Amino acid sequence: MTYLRCFWGVVWRELLRFVHQRGRFIAALVRPLVWLIVFAAGFRMALGVAITPPYQTYILYEVYIVPGLIGMVQLFNGMQSSLSMVYDREMGSMRVLLVSPLPRGFLLVAKLVAGTLVSIVQVYAFLLIASLYGIRLPTDGWLLILPALFLTGLMVGSLGLLLSSFIKQLENFAGVMNFVIFPMFFLSSALYPIWRLRESSPLIARIAELNPFTHAVEMIRFALYGQLNVEATGIVLATTAVLLGLAILGYNPARGMMARKGAAAE
Amino acid sequence: MHGTLEPPALEIGGLSFSYSGKPVLDDVGFAIARGEFLVLLGPNGAGKTTLFSLVTRLYDRRVGTIRIDGHDVRAEPRRALARLGVVFQQPTLDLDLTVRQNLAYHAALHGMPRRLARARIEEQLDRVGMAGSIRDRVRTLSGGQRRRVEIARALIHAPRLLLLDEPTVGLDIASRRGIVEHVHRLSAEDGVAVLWATHLIDEVHDSDTVVVLDRGRIKAHGSVALVSAQARATSIGAAFEALTGMAA
Repeated sequence: MTYLRCFWGVVWRELLRFVHQRGRFIAALVRPLVWLIVFAAGFRMALGVAITPPYQTYILYEVYIVPGLIGMVQLFNGMQSSLSMVYDREMGSMRVLLVSPLPRGFLLVAKLVAGTLVSIVQVYAFLLIASLYGIRLPTDGWLLILPALFLTGLMVGSLGLLLSSFIKQLENFAGVMNFVIFPMFFLSSALYPIWRLRESSPLIARIAELNPFTHAVEMIRFALYGQLNVEATGIVLATTAVLLGLAILGYNPARGMMARKGAAAE
Repeated sequence: MHGTLEPPALEIGGLSFSYSGKPVLDDVGFAIARGEFLVLLGPNGAGKTTLFSLVTRLYDRRVGTIRIDGHDVRAEPRRALARLGVVFQQPTLDLDLTVRQNLAYHAALHGMPRRLARARIEEQLDRVGMAGSIRDRVRTLSGGQRRRVEIARALIHAPRLLLLDEPTVGLDIASRRGIVEHVHRLSAEDGVAVLWATHLIDEVHDSDTVVVLDRGRIKAHGSVALVSAQARATSIGAAFEALTGMAA
């Protein structure tokens, strides 16, 4: 009961903060919509997408990149909450969370789930606008992607959490954009199918296959059409477990990075 | 341990902490009894914030013991932290949330039932004269008002020990005085033990206990009269100056 109350408290705060940050919400929507409307329209002519699972017929490029853009929404949100954790730590409100008597791992997971829920709200808002724009997606896919969205949110959120335990200052965050978000997004199956990447560079295709974000996108892509991609889901689950474990270790007062940073602040 | 006596609200023994080979705290030890108001007096860089971070378990690489209300912070962190209220040096309220939302978040972090939390929030806000602002966004409050809200927040879960790390930094004189008086009243009326860190000598009352910390070591510990007498000084301010070589 104590845990549940604490959990809802953390989720509630995150949702309230999200509601107050309208700029963040709009940015989260505009980013994938620009890709969908501008980028995809241009590439439609240049890129044919052959029939590959889970698709059963020829599809438009706009339809192909929707799962990748869903992943993008969640990736940015995950990094944004990691940014806000670095900010929270510099500003001190992270301490309010960490001084709670409940176990630190539990507090971090609660924060992670809260961030994931926010990203899911963003994804559905994006899908709504995309469907108004004329992108046709399977009706039951809307509900079927929910578990995949949850897992993807946890994975990128864990990555953000881990990064936030390493990053000492807010200024270093630009580096995260360059060295984490962009490579993860571009070196994946979000924008082009792997087979097409292989045609131009087998190395890039290989990297994309090893990129956990590719598997998150494929998991969402298959879920949208009512299929479970076991391999992709397994990889996402395993990646989440490893990243989350390391993040919790990073925030451990006895072993983690907090010790060094805290003393440095003195 | 102490037989039937109740344990001190805070008990620190042989506490040492170093950062990259450089000692920040060196064999620090003192205790605070229930209802005692202890002023931790030290110049900037004396190790006050490090001491607070160790007591609040923000970090843990150290030698020595820290017990809150008899519970070891390392061995029983849940019990220890549940008995602790903290006002950090930096402001830690969410500016876009209302006063009530901020305090409800804190109550949830302590797993308090909603109804109890509601009552305690109203009660504590009333005591700091902020009940009228319960629905206001924190952003609209002044620095002194925010600090009062943070003090109310630290007391919602009825802690035995209240830590305040330079709580009056950046406030105007009237707000400062109000907060110093309020917290003294809390320790006298509620019996909550207070650890108040500061480098401002005028925040010390004659009835307080003083610990003078300088470069990680305790230079003096005792009542205001005792510390002054030991330093052969006429006032606690002069004693502080003599002990640390700093103008108070």
